[in-house]
Amino acid sequence: MTQELAAVAEPKQASLLTRLNPLRGMNLSSRFWIALVIVAIVMLLGLAGFVYPTGSGEKVGSLYDAPGNGLLLGTDNFGHDVVAVLMAGTRTSLTIGLVAGIVATLIGVAIGLIAGFVGGWVEELLMGFTNVVLAIPSIIVLILISISLPQSTIWSLAIVIGITSWPWTARAVRAQASSVATREHIDVARLSGARLPEILVKDVLPYILSYTVMAFVLQVSGAILAEAALSMLGLGPSGTDSLGTQLHWALAFQAVASGAWWAFLPPTIVLTLVSFGFLLLQASLDEVFNPRLRRGKKKQMKKAAARRAAEARALAEAAASAVDGSSRTRAGESA
Amino acid sequence: MNENATPDPAPHTHRAESASGPQTSADGVVTHSVPTDEAVLSCRNVNKVFNVAGNKVHAVDDVSLDFAAGKVLAVVGESGSGKSTLARMLLRLMPVTSGTITFRGQDVTHIKGAELRRYWTEVQAVFQDPFASFNQFFTVGSLLRRSLKLAAVDKAEADALIEECLGYVGLTPKDALHKYPHQMSGGQRQRVMVARALMMRPKVLLADEATSMLDASLRVNVLNVLHDLKADLGLTVLFITHDIGQATYLSDRVAVMEHGKVVERGTTEEVIFSPQAEYTRRLLADVPDLRGSLKQR
Ligand SMILES: Nc1ncnc2c1ncn2[C@@H]1O[C@H](COP(=O)(O)OP(=O)(O)OP(=O)(O)O)[C@@H](O)[C@H]1O
Ligand SMILES: [Mg+2]
Repeated sequence: MTQELAAVAEPKQASLLTRLNPLRGMNLSSRFWIALVIVAIVMLLGLAGFVYPTGSGEKVGSLYDAPGNGLLLGTDNFGHDVVAVLMAGTRTSLTIGLVAGIVATLIGVAIGLIAGFVGGWVEELLMGFTNVVLAIPSIIVLILISISLPQSTIWSLAIVIGITSWPWTARAVRAQASSVATREHIDVARLSGARLPEILVKDVLPYILSYTVMAFVLQVSGAILAEAALSMLGLGPSGTDSLGTQLHWALAFQAVASGAWWAFLPPTIVLTLVSFGFLLLQASLDEVFNPRLRRGKKKQMKKAAARRAAEARALAEAAASAVDGSSRTRAGESA
Repeated sequence: MNENATPDPAPHTHRAESASGPQTSADGVVTHSVPTDEAVLSCRNVNKVFNVAGNKVHAVDDVSLDFAAGKVLAVVGESGSGKSTLARMLLRLMPVTSGTITFRGQDVTHIKGAELRRYWTEVQAVFQDPFASFNQFFTVGSLLRRSLKLAAVDKAEADALIEECLGYVGLTPKDALHKYPHQMSGGQRQRVMVARALMMRPKVLLADEATSMLDASLRVNVLNVLHDLKADLGLTVLFITHDIGQATYLSDRVAVMEHGKVVERGTTEEVIFSPQAEYTRRLLADVPDLRGSLKQR
């Protein structure tokens, strides 16, 4: 009986697996690799500025020279080589994204960890504060802080972006930390004499590290976009090229109206690539961090397929016996 | 170890104190006898009320118990009867709503900081889930070494202490220290947890459902470890379980809990062979092993 069942289940299961699983498996990893390649390309573009012969501040032509004559993407409104500016701008944007991401993650993790783990009035206080910060439209705070700074450098801008964007991380980390706080190993750590800071770092943080890394990736991409928005409004780092300032000047000098697509399209495309790449990376990291999850899914699918097959067979048998039974009773009745 | 040692009532000698017969107090608590030995740890009128979404849950209701030195007290009760809550309060991992906890005559109900850590060198615990009790990023070695500071042993003695504690539970440093929790069996994990608790050389060990997630042979193994510890180290054990069969296997005295209240207490013999409370009888009736062995007698 069980052998029969297995024999019936096997081909069905195999077909299910070949139909679904390899595709799934490929999707999972390819998503990650695509994200990694995109992020790597953007980073390489930023680093290429160090070896590119033309400097981003060098005047190589006049206003909006069209691509050609050895200039791959022509010139911008200052007569600078757009490729050189793009490389410098990408580097600046990535730097700002990274620094802001680190600042936001550090603050967010510290607050979320303490709130989630300690609980009680500490949690209410910290999360109340977080929600207040969250409720203030951060772009307005960014604008106000940026205006009030005497001179905005990429570092001040990065820090300003970082300290306005941590609340999301804090909330995500809080939820995770409070669920880890109820695990028995925390009690064991306390009984072993560990103090609060040690417990937070050694017993809670490792369990939420993957979420923290994912939150960090999101913060980086968010910070790059925030920088672009600020810079387009003219609040960007002074005297430095970034993807945002590039767009700012392109808008200010009528690049769109004069059809100089090479002045505004490249930074837009790089920005899109950056945010898409980081978002994709974040989405695929979940599976990379939890290989067990993935394998678990496959196993579950196998089991589910086998179960479905067994159920189907049992159902068929039941139906068959019911038919048998009913025909027999009917036969009995007629007799 | 002993595969044949299925939990059955260990022979207990009759004690003089039980001669007077069970007494039922005004609130319905059946008390067969009170321990005559000096109590190491005791709690008086301990309550715990949880506020869950505006509703009050009286998880532990006016519990008073004494833990006689060198004896095993089993606390038995169904799931949700408040056993773990009581244990966590005794361990001072959770504050009491009211009541007092006394350790060697000293009130420890509200101690904090260094004093609390000193309390934990005397009172230790093993919990229900041997996997969740581990920080999965730590090896057994780092888990055990964590206790060294509190155990106040210097570096030279540390290795000897670790070896000694692993020895009590039948493990050796060579095959345990470098292992991560997922590289061990459930029984090994739980034995490592017992070894960890022993690092402090405690006087009292609370075992909260320490065997309930293990399968039968491992369960007997851990029960025997606890039994040997009591015999060899004079450890006072609080054995919490929902399985009255296991309680009788190990314990000298039994307290039965129902909905946060202690409904019956006495020596294991008294409670098992002349249960007074309805609830205790029901618990006993639910244990096939025990019923079988009772019939045999
Ligand atoms: N942290 C908590 N917050 C709110 N209610 C709780 C909390 N811990 C326990 N309770 C409630 O207290 C009651 C007793 O729970 P407890 O865990 O002490 O039972 P138990 O006897 O250990 O059960 P089990 O045998 O299942 O471990 C339950 O009704 C439970 O829902
Ligand atoms: Mg419990």
